[in-house]
Amino acid sequence: MKQENPEKPCFHCGLPVPKQLDIKVNINGNDEAMCCYGCQAVAQSIVDSGMEDFYKFRTAPSQKAEEIIPEFLQQLKAYDNPQVQKQFISDGSEQIREVSLILEGIVCAACIWLNEQHLNALPGVISASINYSNNRAKVRWDNNRITLSEILESITRIGYLAHPYNPDQQQRLIEKEKKQQLRRIGIAAVLGMQIMILAVAMYTGEWWGMEEGFKQMFRWVSMAVTIPLLLFASSPFFSAALRDLKNKRVGMDVPVALGIGIAFSASVMHTIQGSGEVYFDSVAMFTFFLLSARYFESNARKRTAEATEALLNLQPAIATKLAVDDNGIFNHQGQTSVSVAELSIGDYVLVRPGENIPADGSIVEGTSGINESLITGESLPVTKTINDEVVGGSTNTESPLVVKIDKIGDDTVLASIHRLLDEAQNRKPAIAKMADRLASKFVSIILLLASGVALYWYQTDPEHWVAITIATLVVTCPCALSLATPAALTAASGQLAKLGLLPNSATALETLSKATDFVFDKTGTLTQGNIQLIKAVALDEADIDHHLQIAAALESGSEHPVAKSIIQAAADKSKKIKVSQLENTAGLGVSGVIDGTQWYLGNLNYIKQITEQEVSAELLKQYQINEMTLVALATEKQIFAVFAFDDELRDEAKTLIQKLKRQNKTISLMTGDHEANAKRIAKKIGIENVYADLKPADKLARVQDMQQNGAIVAMTGDGINDAPVLAGADISIAMGSGTQLAAAHADMILLSNHIEHLYTGYNISTRTLKIIRQNLTWAFSYNLLAVPAAAAGYVDPWMAAIGMSASSLLVVLNALRLTKKAS
Amino acid sequence: MESLYLLVPLALIIAAGIVWVFLWAVKSDQFEDLEGPAHRIIMDDDDKVKEKPDNES
Repeated sequence: MKQENPEKPCFHCGLPVPKQLDIKVNINGNDEAMCCYGCQAVAQSIVDSGMEDFYKFRTAPSQKAEEIIPEFLQQLKAYDNPQVQKQFISDGSEQIREVSLILEGIVCAACIWLNEQHLNALPGVISASINYSNNRAKVRWDNNRITLSEILESITRIGYLAHPYNPDQQQRLIEKEKKQQLRRIGIAAVLGMQIMILAVAMYTGEWWGMEEGFKQMFRWVSMAVTIPLLLFASSPFFSAALRDLKNKRVGMDVPVALGIGIAFSASVMHTIQGSGEVYFDSVAMFTFFLLSARYFESNARKRTAEATEALLNLQPAIATKLAVDDNGIFNHQGQTSVSVAELSIGDYVLVRPGENIPADGSIVEGTSGINESLITGESLPVTKTINDEVVGGSTNTESPLVVKIDKIGDDTVLASIHRLLDEAQNRKPAIAKMADRLASKFVSIILLLASGVALYWYQTDPEHWVAITIATLVVTCPCALSLATPAALTAASGQLAKLGLLPNSATALETLSKATDFVFDKTGTLTQGNIQLIKAVALDEADIDHHLQIAAALESGSEHPVAKSIIQAAADKSKKIKVSQLENTAGLGVSGVIDGTQWYLGNLNYIKQITEQEVSAELLKQYQINEMTLVALATEKQIFAVFAFDDELRDEAKTLIQKLKRQNKTISLMTGDHEANAKRIAKKIGIENVYADLKPADKLARVQDMQQNGAIVAMTGDGINDAPVLAGADISIAMGSGTQLAAAHADMILLSNHIEHLYTGYNISTRTLKIIRQNLTWAFSYNLLAVPAAAAGYVDPWMAAIGMSASSLLVVLNALRLTKKAS
Repeated sequence: MESLYLLVPLALIIAAGIVWVFLWAVKSDQFEDLEGPAHRIIMDDDDKVKEKPDNES
């Protein structure tokens, strides 16, 4: 009675449940179906610890859980090493320790609840709290009762992933700065309201009549409230303006400081004189607006920084060093864990499957598949054996290796990519900020104009020259101008963040909207980045499903991507087939005995050696699989089936390309992969310009070529091999699932992995630029009208104050349109 | 209208109080996580006492 409803997805992760699979977990009184043993284990441990409520409250399905493999637990153990812990333990006492963790897999508020409950229930954990907005956890524990690796492991058991991280010095400074900004905004708001109350009273008093005594009192009180506001809340404008002047350049802060300074001193003068207009309310309102705009802007940037920060040093940099005897021969008995920094040339290290190779070197023992996607972008492991060179940072996928270290530190391949990156970053063409450029001119013009006005009125009307000059300066107060850009950028950044597209720099949006050429990396950007079984072809009359099951059984012990995708494909139809004498020939294939028959599964060369038969090229062509990664299934006498694998395209890649083409953008593909492969993918999604077989430096050179021909290049990529070209492009977008190094050097990060959002982002950026232009146009035309009127003496100072406030407000409201229309 | 001579200083004192409360809130990390508490209050059901599982490894 195993009738499964095929429509019903996995209760834990929401993915479809394979038909034949029948694993259930009793949750809140119902038997719920699970799609895999990973999800089952996670769901069971959530239920067992009494936190079933999680499933009631969550608002999104959890991430698919992976089964915990022993190698992973082994890696976690490295976090218990005191040397490693030193890097991120903040409370250094011997027993009670505190660590900050980055949590992965958080999809909704219930996840936070679950993790908090779970952590707090662990014996030995003193306290655990999780920040919902940035998915960071703070955990204090008693080291005598529980170890850090046990804490991390228990988080993994409920389906999440936690990495310790070290909030570095810079991060702490940002935190401090953020608090200071908040204090300023709060004070500007509260004091500003007080001033505004008095100002409204005075404006109405102007109309209805008001006793001079009260008027004067209000002036003094307003001044008394404005002074602390100015001293505390507005101080950053003044210090920044001073810095600008010292460096002999005129930024946006100079006119701001000038505007505030002049409005304030004029008001003080009038207060002391006991007559005339005061502008304390304008000072307060302007300060509050500008502080808020800057706060939200820097917050948006901080979120981006958090997404990338600190992850580079996540992997515990630990290597297993082997002892060497007097004759220079290593032995496996003397294993010590050392930090990678302590390694020296000539050391022998043991690299277990799943571990990273700590530094460049050559293999002295063992054969295994090495995943070098970090460097080459190629997702399939490369087989390496004794005397082959391996690159530090690549991953060992199959069997243990002993590596002799040849190069360390700055000499490694990874370090050289870092250098290339720095160089590219320095040479990056900078599109100067529009508003800042305008501001410096604007300020000079105002100052010239004001002195002209003062000089003229001093000669013609010595009694009123002060009032008129002040009105001119106040009316030109560049508030609207200085708010025009940040307000729009802030609104747009918020909108982009909702799409999962995080801008790293303020100019990113401006540049994106101007991009003429879009360049894409292949693996991991346009494609999913992991290979899938595309086609299975039976060479005899039998059912291909049967062959697939045999293949899956043979691959059951392997971690190779090919094996994983075969097992995944067969899971739908899996009957348990018993295999004995499983043997793995690294990089070639596997063999095993099923029902007394010896079966082989491997690449075509391996099968050819064993069967002395070949799969004909015509046949492969006929099935259109000749350019894919091929694996054949055979006995000693006959080849039974061929399986073709390929990296699958992202669903939205094609639509993205079409949409960009409609905007007349030039689109190219740059990849380190072979030409045939690149061309096939390009053809599928409609890209004509294909550059294949490129190394990181070649990619950068190509992009620089394009830039020299006047193109503004937007580059999208994901790997370390893309990092230099990302840094060199005018605007770069890194895929969030890619390596952290790429993300850290990109202008934007696409966290959501919906590559189509890139187009939405482009749309928002063009609209933002439009709004910025409208704002600037408005600010300028306002000034163009108001300044001559003020200079001619037609504008009373109170009119100037209202005009200035209204123009700022209009600019902010216009920017807010960005948040409404896009959805 | 003479009451203004009392009310205006009073308003200032209240404003000073609000500023003080705000500064305290910033100092004690009240603004660190603006989303979490809203969710937490709904989910923390106190009718069910969570026991510490001792078989946890």
